[in-house]
Amino acid sequence: MKLKGWKDLPPGAVVTEAGSAAEFKTGSWRSFRPVWLAENCIQCLFCWMYCPDMSIKVKDGKRGEYDYDYCKGCGICALECPGKKGKKAIVMEEEGK
Amino acid sequence: MATTLTLKELSKKEDLLTHGHRMCSGCGAPIVVKQLLLASDYPIVAANATGCLEVSTCISQYTAWKIPWIHNAFENAAATLSGVETMYRALKKQGKLDKEIKFVAFGGDGGTYDIGFQSLSGAAERGHDMLYVCYDNGAYMNTGIQRSSATPIGADTTTCPAGSVIKGKTQPRKNLTRIMAAHGIPYVAQASPSHWKDAITKFKKALDIKGPKFIDVISPCNRGWRSRTDDAILLSRLAVETCYWPLYEVEQGFTKITVVPKEKKPIEEFLKPQGRFKHMFAPGNEWLLKLAQEEVDREWERLRKEAGSE
Amino acid sequence: MGKVVAVTGNEAVANALRQVNPDVCAAYPITPATDIMQRFTSFVSNGMVDTEMILVESEHSAMSACVGASAAGGRVITATSSQGLALMWEILFIASGSRMPIIMPVVNRALSAPLNIHGDHSDTMGARDSGWIQLYSENAQDAYDNTIQAFRIAEHLDIRLPVMVCLDGFIISHSIERIEYMEDEPVKKFVGEYKQVYPLLDVEHPVSYGPLILPDLYMEYKRAQHEVMTKASKVVLDVASDFEKISGRRYGLFESYRLDDADIALVILNSAAGTAKDVVDEFREKGIKAGLLKPRLFRPFPYGEVADALKSAKAVCVMDRADSFGGFGPLYMEIASAFMMNGNKPALINKIYGLGGRDFLPEHAETVLNELNDIVKGGKVKTHKEYIGVRE
Repeated sequence: MKLKGWKDLPPGAVVTEAGSAAEFKTGSWRSFRPVWLAENCIQCLFCWMYCPDMSIKVKDGKRGEYDYDYCKGCGICALECPGKKGKKAIVMEEEGK
Repeated sequence: MATTLTLKELSKKEDLLTHGHRMCSGCGAPIVVKQLLLASDYPIVAANATGCLEVSTCISQYTAWKIPWIHNAFENAAATLSGVETMYRALKKQGKLDKEIKFVAFGGDGGTYDIGFQSLSGAAERGHDMLYVCYDNGAYMNTGIQRSSATPIGADTTTCPAGSVIKGKTQPRKNLTRIMAAHGIPYVAQASPSHWKDAITKFKKALDIKGPKFIDVISPCNRGWRSRTDDAILLSRLAVETCYWPLYEVEQGFTKITVVPKEKKPIEEFLKPQGRFKHMFAPGNEWLLKLAQEEVDREWERLRKEAGSE
Repeated sequence: MGKVVAVTGNEAVANALRQVNPDVCAAYPITPATDIMQRFTSFVSNGMVDTEMILVESEHSAMSACVGASAAGGRVITATSSQGLALMWEILFIASGSRMPIIMPVVNRALSAPLNIHGDHSDTMGARDSGWIQLYSENAQDAYDNTIQAFRIAEHLDIRLPVMVCLDGFIISHSIERIEYMEDEPVKKFVGEYKQVYPLLDVEHPVSYGPLILPDLYMEYKRAQHEVMTKASKVVLDVASDFEKISGRRYGLFESYRLDDADIALVILNSAAGTAKDVVDEFREKGIKAGLLKPRLFRPFPYGEVADALKSAKAVCVMDRADSFGGFGPLYMEIASAFMMNGNKPALINKIYGLGGRDFLPEHAETVLNELNDIVKGGKVKTHKEYIGVRE
């Protein structure tokens, strides 16, 4: 985003575009990547509820892929995932490996 | 038109705090905010005290908020929101506005227990129709983990470092939830993001009650607690299960424990995974663990008595 | 036209606020401003205004609540003095930086320590860098008229800045004077409907107030704020011109009193200007060309215009009712800067007077004018800065 000159700034530094932070991608912060194994997923949606970064796409009440543009790789989802029959539906993998 | 409290139903709601915010990886605070925003069936206007949540969600032209939001300063989220709420009543009275709007303030423990306490107490006494949510991570995390009055006894922070003579924080934490209940406001509660259903139920209830409400929510900070990035929910759950952070509400003066742990775990289970309490486990410092346990036991028993569950 | 009444300065200001009928008022008691809010709340309690009160627990919260209410989208007022203004200090900058047209009468009072409840200008002079527009008032009529005009200035879409209306504690706030009130309707018509800009309560168009701004943009925001201030003088004059049409009373950026051919001149703010003008007249009767300049708009300061108005003076004394310890009085520094702009270099001296409510007497003005006269007649400037009316 090109930086604005003083004549183009909104008065009082008001930010008028709601949710504009979505333009700022935080995915590059990640050193570990969560990987979703759909076959072990029971669709409990705990991962969605506990994701601090709103990076799990859910459609019609069913979780889908990660939004890696924003996921910071904290791993809360993987830790909280109950999995199916002892098998986690989310595992953490080191980035770049 | 209450939304059914299932994750499936809740997940159909729009994220009113978007991704792209710059809270640290694994921070508890955005989870708290998300649960609050999911709880409301009405438009929310929020005020935010200076702090991690504030600086990380609205920088330059990037705001993560999809609701009207105002940050004024550190110590005045409650006073600022009381101004917003009063203008709402003024304009409504004059027929210039007819929408039903809910007002929520967010503050960390520094901005709530300490520097913002007067402002919060004043707003509570004046009876503004607003909900104040404190995300309590037990120290000034935004400025680099300095002790606050919410810091638990024994904790190692950058201004009460555990040394050879002084072993971290020497005072127990201030019990702000009790202090807010003593204001005689209609609703006060403690919540934890780990117990999402309990938290959202409390948020919903608070938003439906007229007048000032206060909810203190434990909000793990892996930087300040020196724990892992993935354990915010685990630790907040342990806080509840050890009764370090009892889940209860005080509605119209009546106390109710909303989640009773199946078995009350020893406080060590909450303390052990956190680097800030590491020195408490060193030989010779058992007395510190004992103090911490006594503190928890005393408050838990007192709560049980008040809730009539003794 | 209006009606003539005998009222105190505080009563006049409270009445102006009643006539404007703001949406929200936050108030906290402090002497000598308390009386404004006592009177205003009685208007509220008796249904004479629609205003919602926020009876806060401190001035810090008063200004904080004003910022919240103003962002929400409506007309907002408060009033304070001295320690109260000092406690607001942090939020004053947020109000101006966020471009909120809050109106605040400030009844000037000394700052502690030592504790003193009487009038001087230490409080508002301390706030002169806060980004607020400051209007000063010689008497109750000025205070009343300035309060009404302040709304139009603050809310002008080119400006959107908060305004302080300053009047002297006790001397003006609590003394009964003859003044002329306007009728309610012309005042309401004059201030007009409040225009919302990015109201926080517009939930259909959510905005965020108060972002964190990093070094890559902070200076641009400050540059923009500076630009707004450069437009304020014109708006102040335009509003004054409209005000004259309904009131018959003329206001400028400052008052020039017998300055056109003056050899010696006093520059003095607020109530003491009234006393000094009488002494100027006495000097004129003696054939000494004395004059006086009384600033009205202190922020932004009209440097060029002031220097021009003082151009005939060979010796000027700036009278400050506040000190900048270790420096000259705050008004002096502005006048010195003004002279730098037009290259005019009269002998310039600074007197600190009237602190903590110490009376400013005609003989004080007389002594100073005599000193200026001596300087003009070839004497030298003995002291650049001096306290007057003080015991050794």
